[in-house]
Amino acid sequence: MKKNDTNITDSTTGQDLKSDPASTISPPIEVHDLTVAYDQKPVLWDIDFELPESSLTAVVGPNGAGKSTLVKAAMGLIASSSGYTLIYGKPLDKQRRNVAYVPQRETVDWDFPISVMDVVLMGRYPHLRLFQRPSRNDREVAMDALREMGMDGYHKRQISQLSGGQQQRVFLARALAQDASIYLMDEPLAGVDAATEDVIFKKLQELRSQKKTVVVVHHDLQSVPENFDLVMLLNLRMVACGPVASTFTDENLQKTYGGRLNILSQIIEQSRQQRFVRESES
Amino acid sequence: MDILFEFFSLQDPNIRYVLAGTILLGISAGALGCFAILRRRALVGDAVAHAILPGVCLAFIVAGGKDPFMLIAGAFVFGLLSMVTMDFITRNSRIAPDASIGMVLSVFFGLGVVLLTFIQSTGHIDQSGLDDFLFGQAASMIGDDVLVFGGLSLLILVIIVITFKELKLISFDPSFAQSIGYPVKRMEFLLALLMVMTITAGIQAVGVVLMASMLIIPAAAARYWTDSLRVMLLIAAGVGAFSGITGSFISYTAPAMPTGPWMVVSTAFIFFLSFLLAPGRGEIARYIQKKRLSYKVASENILKTLYAMEEEDGRTDRLRPLQELRKRRHLTKSRMKKVISTLLNKKLIAYYAGTPDGYVLTADGRREAKRLVRVHRLWEKYLNQHLQIAEDHVHDDAESMEHLITSEIEAELRKSLGSPELDPHLSKIPYDSEDDPEPKKGGSLP
Repeated sequence: MKKNDTNITDSTTGQDLKSDPASTISPPIEVHDLTVAYDQKPVLWDIDFELPESSLTAVVGPNGAGKSTLVKAAMGLIASSSGYTLIYGKPLDKQRRNVAYVPQRETVDWDFPISVMDVVLMGRYPHLRLFQRPSRNDREVAMDALREMGMDGYHKRQISQLSGGQQQRVFLARALAQDASIYLMDEPLAGVDAATEDVIFKKLQELRSQKKTVVVVHHDLQSVPENFDLVMLLNLRMVACGPVASTFTDENLQKTYGGRLNILSQIIEQSRQQRFVRESES
Repeated sequence: MDILFEFFSLQDPNIRYVLAGTILLGISAGALGCFAILRRRALVGDAVAHAILPGVCLAFIVAGGKDPFMLIAGAFVFGLLSMVTMDFITRNSRIAPDASIGMVLSVFFGLGVVLLTFIQSTGHIDQSGLDDFLFGQAASMIGDDVLVFGGLSLLILVIIVITFKELKLISFDPSFAQSIGYPVKRMEFLLALLMVMTITAGIQAVGVVLMASMLIIPAAAARYWTDSLRVMLLIAAGVGAFSGITGSFISYTAPAMPTGPWMVVSTAFIFFLSFLLAPGRGEIARYIQKKRLSYKVASENILKTLYAMEEEDGRTDRLRPLQELRKRRHLTKSRMKKVISTLLNKKLIAYYAGTPDGYVLTADGRREAKRLVRVHRLWEKYLNQHLQIAEDHVHDDAESMEHLITSEIEAELRKSLGSPELDPHLSKIPYDSEDDPEPKKGGSLP
């Protein structure tokens, strides 16, 4: 029953916000029927959504709601029990160059012996063949990306000499260097200083005006209405997804963050204690 | 001296074999080891090294003697088998990786020792030297061995050079690598394969028990000297090569001495030197840094104390005797003396004789003291206002932060607070006024 609700919400979203006629045929990103289970315990349940061009989407939800899992599973970085992602109507694996993923800052070792430039150059790897070295042009693109994030002058630094906010900017510069159409960012604003926050929000607006599709896992509810067009409210399942104005309501937030367990949450809780097996797996 | 000359003249073909073999091994193990320690897989290397022993023994039984190709094949099969086993256990049970590594290491090695004992009990003619595989005996290397084992090392190096960019990426950020469609699983398998190859290349010279240290120690030592992966690989390879030369030389001069253990000891020696002497990361450099910082803090506190005295009685021309300073700042006599003389040298304070004699801030000193008091109070204000920390809890934090706040941070603090007049304790925050003299160069503390 709930599932139907979600579908209705996001299909209307799709209709409302599509500006480019081409995207009515195949949206930049669509995720269907995504379910993820760790150790046979579901952590994400039947997620469906599609997002239009020139949009900024915030993914919000309480801790452990599966926000990062959603992004990782949509990118195929972790195994999902079911579901698939289409990029402009094509399977993700054929479109990976076109999707820039920004992992959480904590996932890498910032004491790794590597310079800022080396990290940003990795954004150029999808444009290179295996074993091919980056060219002068790739270096220029990487330098431009650093400049856009206000990090020019830092390219020779070792990454451990950066502050948290600067590390995040380097990660974003790497995504920019990839020159993709779709950006999936996992908590890019977590624990960054005010200056970095400004730079990032400004960059997000710019990406939107360049017709990009941007999805940001976000923790700060207060800054959602001002900075995002669309919002996904997530708590193991999709509670709601749509334009901020109509979706980011007290009622929906209550559903997402509220303590009351609805029927589906109860079933999920139940199956966590039992063992969860999908029909398709057996 | 003669023996040194004899060794390095390389007249003896045996020396040439041994040297070539151990140097190539040291280089490839050192370079590959960098990836092993950066990916936190060093222990896996140790387990694999121990786990190839049964493979070596089986190869011996099948071939009926020491045949380098058979040995490599046997080591390879068991090296991979042990890796697959560790992976399988971690994936399909609740046993943590460290436990599965420990299990595989000891069980495989135990099996190897059983086989070794079995071979020895059969009284095989060619069995002598089989236990060399435990601790290595490079001296028994002959031309064919060097060709095979050295060739293997060379192959490893070539692969590392070709795939450097990819290895760097999957070692630093595997999930990003996966997101752009890199064959991460295959690259990880390649790294595993390279590790097994390196360990296999080392069975003759270093032996299975100690081989892991040839992967780990040169890389760990190299990390002290550089922040660049490329340079780290080069240094680790150099340390490996050096240990090859040292090990070969010692076992040449004292034939009873095994090469492998001496290679390990010499890498450990270099690690120890790096640990102490490396600039920046080395212990001595860090000790000096720490001393310097505590010295800076002590000097800045004296400036602040003099300024506080001026604030209290409003007199900038009064001499402050040493006793009074000592009452407020608890430094040892010798330390106080050193700090004072540094401040005098930098012309931040001046000394005048008289009754009583004492010290006074110079214009530069006052400027610096004002800056310290200012950032201290700004920081208190910031903690109080933006982080809602009570007034009576902010002083201690500001007391340590004032020495670290740079002019950029100060500017940001002032921007976000709007240059307030008073701190949370209602003391005035001192700003530079127009008639203050321009700061002279070298006036501030290091």
